[in-house]
Amino acid sequence: MREGLLAALKRLALMRGLSSERLKGEKQLRLRTLTFELPYKQDNQVTQDKKITKTQELVYKLKVKDVMTTDIVTVSPGNTMNELKEILRIRRIAGTPVVENKRLVGVIGIDDLIRCLSEGEMDATVGEKMTRKVEVLYGDEPLAHAVNKFNQYGFGRFPVIERKRGRLIGILTKSDMVTGLLKRLEIAYHTEEFRHNNNNENHVFNNIVMDKTSFHFQYRVNGQDFKVAGESIYKLKQILSQLGFPPPIIRRATIAAYEAEMNIIIYSYGGCISVSADYDHITLEARDTGPGIANIEQAMRQGFSTAPTWVQELGFGAGMGLPNIRKCADTMDIESEVGKGTHIKIVIKNTNGNGK
Amino acid sequence: MNLEFIVGELKLDVRCGEDKLGRKVRGGYVGDLLSDVIGNSSEGDIWVTRQAHQNIVAVASLKDHTGIILVNGSEPDSDTLEKAIKEEIPIMVSELPGFEVVGKIYKLMHT
Repeated sequence: MREGLLAALKRLALMRGLSSERLKGEKQLRLRTLTFELPYKQDNQVTQDKKITKTQELVYKLKVKDVMTTDIVTVSPGNTMNELKEILRIRRIAGTPVVENKRLVGVIGIDDLIRCLSEGEMDATVGEKMTRKVEVLYGDEPLAHAVNKFNQYGFGRFPVIERKRGRLIGILTKSDMVTGLLKRLEIAYHTEEFRHNNNNENHVFNNIVMDKTSFHFQYRVNGQDFKVAGESIYKLKQILSQLGFPPPIIRRATIAAYEAEMNIIIYSYGGCISVSADYDHITLEARDTGPGIANIEQAMRQGFSTAPTWVQELGFGAGMGLPNIRKCADTMDIESEVGKGTHIKIVIKNTNGNGK
Repeated sequence: MNLEFIVGELKLDVRCGEDKLGRKVRGGYVGDLLSDVIGNSSEGDIWVTRQAHQNIVAVASLKDHTGIILVNGSEPDSDTLEKAIKEEIPIMVSELPGFEVVGKIYKLMHT
């Protein structure tokens, strides 16, 4: 932990143009930051040093849920230890939360597994072998609490649960905290520089532009696969919203992506959708590998559809997909060749972005 | 007018999103053609349909609908429910046909 936070602080300090000599001299100071004694101590040198205060501020301002890992592997109490072994092996993890009806009921790890192995109890269930008394973090706790808990217990990770209903929402590791802090420090640094240069605080993208000047998101779409349709759209929606795009722009982009995805699913052998966004526009491209559209003009006409009946019964194929995409787009290009495939490219301008 | 009021007046059964019923309903849209709904409904609408497969959640989420009412005794698939819970889209059901459901909501909104 200490190494990680030190690295974060060092990096911050370096970004602020501090020399490494001075860094060495501030060792004492940084160690204090780590134990969170600073706000309560009188120390002129420290309170005057805004660079450090920013880190403290972040550690209190950032919540556990802001930096935790949400893509987590869980098992249920009914799983056998044998199954657990496979899960741990395949995912290369040392332990996992045990979840029943979305609620955390225990944790189980490699040490439990080893015990079962040596005693020949691999058919036992996770529910019998798990640790029931689990130390957790709440998603809305400040990161500072988490740091203390890591120090107190010496664990490598904590399950994170939602305070209200006790649902498991993620896992927090030490490296999550370091990464989260580093990222915010970097953003804070860049934002300041950006403000300095632009002297304009009304940019929607203040925080994000810094994080990345553009973002790219790409996913594959399989033909005829209605089951996962829209799955990526939820993610896209979330990312665009995190990037700070205004809701109407997000709606247009995600609707276009969804219609394009449905077109690939309904009519093609499969394809891929890529979305890139930067400061003032979102570009969406959909490519598939055929069969291609014979008459584009006809396909663009509202109400024209070649969808089979069963697809229409699902509520698709009303002949509005392409017209809907066009409605969402500022510019739209469509190319198609029978036997080769279709390529659609649309651009949505972020009019609310930087005063265009 | 919020969802809770409509649920009470029409005696709808709530299948998920009970905690989201405070949402304000700004208008409504009825349709079973997803692209039609995508193209023509608005943010804050209550959507009345009898499609029950999981893609309705995607549509409601894309359009920021207040919720979905399934009519004619149509019940959401388990996949639909799972997604709706995740995406925080309330789903309500009614035994009544679409015409009557829409008529009642329209009356509530415009009188």
